[in-house]
Amino acid sequence: MTDVPLPYRVTRVRPETADTVSVTLAPAGAAAVAPFVPGQFAMVYAFGVGEIPVSVSRIGHRELVHTIRAVGAVSAALCALRPGEQVGLRGPFGTGWSLGRAIGQDLLVMAGGIGLAPLRPLVAAALAAPHAYGRLNLLVGARTPDDLLYAGRLRAWTAAHGPPRCAVAVDRPSPGWWGRVGVVTTLLNGARFTPRNTTAFVCGPEVMIRAAARELVHRGLAPHRIRVSLERNMRCATGHCGHCQLGGVLLCRDGPVIGWNRAEGLLSVREM
Amino acid sequence: MSERRTTAVLDRTGLDALVQVLRARGRTVIGPTVRDGAVVLADLATAEELPFGWGTEVEAGRYRLVPRADGAAFAHTTGPQSWKAFLHPEREKVWDADRTADGRLSVAEAPRARPSYAFLGVRPCDLRAVAIQDRVLAGGRYQDRGYRERRAGAFLIAAECTEPGATCFCVSMGSGPGADAGFDLALTELVDETGHRFHVRAGSDAGDELLAEVPHRPAEPETQAAARDAVDAARERMGRAMPPVDLRTLLGDSLEADRWDDVAARCLTCGNCTMVCPTCFCTTTEEITDLTGDHAERWQRWDSCFDLDFSYLHGGPVRASARSRYRQWLTHKLSTWYEQFGSSGCVGCGRCITWCPVGIDITEEASALHDELAARLRRHDQEGENGRKESEP
Ligand code: SF4
Ligand code: SF4
Repeated sequence: MTDVPLPYRVTRVRPETADTVSVTLAPAGAAAVAPFVPGQFAMVYAFGVGEIPVSVSRIGHRELVHTIRAVGAVSAALCALRPGEQVGLRGPFGTGWSLGRAIGQDLLVMAGGIGLAPLRPLVAAALAAPHAYGRLNLLVGARTPDDLLYAGRLRAWTAAHGPPRCAVAVDRPSPGWWGRVGVVTTLLNGARFTPRNTTAFVCGPEVMIRAAARELVHRGLAPHRIRVSLERNMRCATGHCGHCQLGGVLLCRDGPVIGWNRAEGLLSVREM
Repeated sequence: MSERRTTAVLDRTGLDALVQVLRARGRTVIGPTVRDGAVVLADLATAEELPFGWGTEVEAGRYRLVPRADGAAFAHTTGPQSWKAFLHPEREKVWDADRTADGRLSVAEAPRARPSYAFLGVRPCDLRAVAIQDRVLAGGRYQDRGYRERRAGAFLIAAECTEPGATCFCVSMGSGPGADAGFDLALTELVDETGHRFHVRAGSDAGDELLAEVPHRPAEPETQAAARDAVDAARERMGRAMPPVDLRTLLGDSLEADRWDDVAARCLTCGNCTMVCPTCFCTTTEEITDLTGDHAERWQRWDSCFDLDFSYLHGGPVRASARSRYRQWLTHKLSTWYEQFGSSGCVGCGRCITWCPVGIDITEEASALHDELAARLRRHDQEGENGRKESEP
């Protein structure tokens, strides 16, 4: 359903950080939205408050998990949800990560902050098909250990030495920090991949995306093999409201995931 | 579909009959009429309400009605409204949401009035604008349902232009002053020694069929020739023109132009240009709740890329400066629209020039960008040549 939201019931709410929660949603009635692929997003409607685009961070049989950070009125309302309450859901929208186009390649997943949320189902899909891909690297950055999403999982993966081959860095460590210190691009040195045969998937703040993609090009990845997920204001998600324009790209329709070959020029102009 | 389309001549009585037949069929006939010192688009009860004997004088930032001795009905230029006010209304309810006492949510598409429109006097540039909004709102994977329904049943009667306004530049956008497609009927008004009459061409089966019900006479060759000549003459009298370059590449290559600072110093970021533009389609949403808190409504309304909130993301606007917002508007119109929807977003109607309170002129801005780019390329070439010379042994 893409025109009008379907009722979904909150089945679980899990705090991730001080301002971020993961909300599990299941259809409240018989009707459910069409299946999502990793990288796509839903429009989630908080009754009477409004609607925002939220990527899927786990794709279950009928359940969906959305990891949401409280930054505005709608996201704050969604973060305050309790199990049993209902929201509206439209979707799925947008391009996915297109993992299928990376068959046989090494995978390099790079996340900054909340950017890990849309990458999580991609990692899950890659882990579920271990023979389809080469080496799976997961590099995660955050400002502080307290800003880290899915910290338990990341720590377990890091300790297990993969797959995924996981490394985590924060800008500002605190006592007891178990990962590395620095920006996420510094983690590339420990990753295992053959640049000419690698697809990268990058999501995070735009400065992080730019830095990561430039570094990857420098290391020999083809720009179109660097897939980045971008964000703009969005009202309708159906290509009609005009808000998600980024140059010639309508992010709800042509994105949110686009190739760096297309994104680079768009992100290099200020206030585009 | 193979039979020849009707061409005919209507006199004023015939035009009246046309309106009456459309109304008798339950259509709401919308057309130009004079109100409050402007030609506006409104529900017409009879053809008498058309602006017979009124012309318009327009310039950048200026619009004024002037009486005409010849009594012509379609000798005015585009007014502040366009047909999008009817097909893509300024404000529309999208859905109703209800929450029961035990927290169950239900959302239903808002019931919509389904007017059956006939538009009388659609200018060729505006016909093109309708075709553009068709692609934007109903031509992609998802369709704006309200738009699609209103548009699907609409009957379009074009009025070719014989009196272009001083802000018109449809010739350089390839959209006028003649109408070549996208209409059910196309009128060309003629006032000369032979009398006041309307040459009319059917452009669809519906047009043929309607014309059969309206008193008319076959189009004699003289009237056909006179209609063609009047439109051809208008082609030579365009008020303005875009620079004769590929505007798509010009704007694409001008993202860092200095001219944006110049125009930003004049632009009030009022958004008038986006409101009057017949192709501008952007909307935002509004949530409305009633006092019980159990009923909520989602509305959509026109939005403007000049509004600071338009690009709001994570606590601030992406496009904060006037420079970036004007650039967004112009670049979208003339360049990125191609990538998004396969054509230019400008049809050369001149409204944004006429209705800009400070008289910013889209053709002048495009020319200035062209001059700046040309100068930059010349400098580049010279530097390149000098560079080569210096490096010669
Ligand atoms: S160009 Fe003119 S009409 Fe458009 S926003 Fe600027 S001042 Fe307003
Ligand atoms: S940009 Fe200006 S001239 Fe072009 S279609 Fe819009 S209002 Fe008309």
